[in-house]
Amino acid sequence: MKTFIFRAAFGVSLACILFSCKKTGTTPVITGTGKVNLEFQHVVGSQALQLNTQTYTNANGDDYKVTTFKYYVSNFSFLKADGSKVSIPESYLLVNAADNASALQTIENIPAGDYTGVELTLGVDEARNFAGAQTGSLDPAKGMFWSWNTGYIFLMFEGTSSKSSQSANQLFFHVGGAKDPANAVRRTVLTFPTVLRIRSNSDPDVHIYTDVSALFKGKTTISFAAVSGFHGGANGLLVADNYVNGLLRVDHIHN
Amino acid sequence: MKRLVIIFSALAGWLVAGQSCTKNDQATPGAAISFRRPANFPVAAYNFEENTLTKAGFELGHKLFYEDALSADNSVNCGTCHQPFAAFANLDHSVSHGINNCFGTRNAPPLFNLAWQKDFMWDGGVGHIELSPLNALTNPCEMGNTLDRITATLSQTAPYPELFREAFGSPVINSQRLFKALTQFMGMMVSASSKYDKVMRKENGASFSPDEQEGYRLFQQKCAVCHQEPLFTDGSFRSNGLDGYSKDPGRDTITATGADRGKFRVPSLRNIELTRPYMHDGRFLTLEAVLEHYHAGVKQSPALDPGLKKNPTPGIPLTPKEQSQIISFLKTLTDNEFIHDHRFAEL
Repeated sequence: MKTFIFRAAFGVSLACILFSCKKTGTTPVITGTGKVNLEFQHVVGSQALQLNTQTYTNANGDDYKVTTFKYYVSNFSFLKADGSKVSIPESYLLVNAADNASALQTIENIPAGDYTGVELTLGVDEARNFAGAQTGSLDPAKGMFWSWNTGYIFLMFEGTSSKSSQSANQLFFHVGGAKDPANAVRRTVLTFPTVLRIRSNSDPDVHIYTDVSALFKGKTTISFAAVSGFHGGANGLLVADNYVNGLLRVDHIHN
Repeated sequence: MKRLVIIFSALAGWLVAGQSCTKNDQATPGAAISFRRPANFPVAAYNFEENTLTKAGFELGHKLFYEDALSADNSVNCGTCHQPFAAFANLDHSVSHGINNCFGTRNAPPLFNLAWQKDFMWDGGVGHIELSPLNALTNPCEMGNTLDRITATLSQTAPYPELFREAFGSPVINSQRLFKALTQFMGMMVSASSKYDKVMRKENGASFSPDEQEGYRLFQQKCAVCHQEPLFTDGSFRSNGLDGYSKDPGRDTITATGADRGKFRVPSLRNIELTRPYMHDGRFLTLEAVLEHYHAGVKQSPALDPGLKKNPTPGIPLTPKEQSQIISFLKTLTDNEFIHDHRFAEL
């Protein structure tokens, strides 16, 4: 018993020495909060997205052009190597491929630290869909809110395809709905290729590629002859289940 | 009694006048007013917790409710289709009549006791009172406007920036503030002073006539499952057998299951005497026609409410006498104090 106590005491003191060595080392304790700039670059597969003019081909071999591409990303939680995460309240971003300002957004008040990834919601959480009149990026005036069946449009893709049976060959994919059986809220994790360092005095950038082609492949290959236009509902779920794993990718980080 | 009311009104007027002295106090965005739950009502669904009721906010909502500038061509306001004398429904209009002489597809519902309501519109497509005006404001066949145009117009129209400052502390006008002000007005529209309420609350010895009493008994027996007291709706969506195949999908617009075609939100029966015509498309012009429908007009359909399928012939058998007694009772739900309440009057 005595030996045990001695050993334990020795172990504790050794640990103290070890830890104190670490503490007095060169790495300063990280405190305060910092910000990160998220830069969204819109692509279709390996090509840059060009609205209105460029013709692309989906995984089904169907041609299409893109006229509108907008989406919400929200409820950011930054992930650390030890598995802990830091959730950022009130983080609702609306990104519009036609609006350069919206493609560069800043999240502030992130506790300083080293992060290995970020978890986020593609769309808007259920609570905020039914919470009454909102403002900022969630203002219904942004045109991403249904008045006839209230709730946010999480992702809006519009374009044309020769395969579409809609008038003027239109495509309109309006994904949304936060209640079963048509709940299109999806959460995803983006892993950073290198560590993101948030510091009170730094201005890091996370460069994200948003791939339009992810809507049409993955779990279900979308044929524009079969699916050409919808406002929420079952087709929205097909598309959400496709893009949850391919819409966003972190290409690189500038610390 | 009448004298007491007059004295009380005068007193209330004096209190309001007294409060207006604090209007220019920038520190407090308007004096507080309170929402009172009638003694015979349950707890409301909307509690104003995130939209603090103030006199300035309520009065701004009142002004906005009757503001033509909310419509695209300055021709209509909320009160155009929600008229005070019709308990804020649209008298003698089967469907709403919007800008450019455009007719909608559904009957404008009356507005009262909205703070207890969870789902709005005939199909329940709107799940929050604050957003309930959005559809009317932006539907091309109603007010045909956009939120950006409305807020821009109001920002350039005196005295709105000042009124928003009084209500919310700064002159910023955005859609959130527009909705919150309108909700302060709409949420305060409580109808709970009908003869029925007075009988239930045993106020001043109020009592039903024999016909009303018998009508009440019949109502409880035959109608109250859907039209639950004291709000006279259970808030559910049901088909009452208007059509074998409903042209309007109704609730199925929202659920898209196919099983909800022809189901609509059960409307309150309060003030029903004032809100003709009836049903989602305003097809019945009188209460007699409505009762006759339940007696002999109910049509079979997959969505028909089980409560109307109990007999070999669908519907609720009612003798002419029973029908007239039920109507006598329904007229006790008319709330004249509510429709003449100056706080909600047309401006």
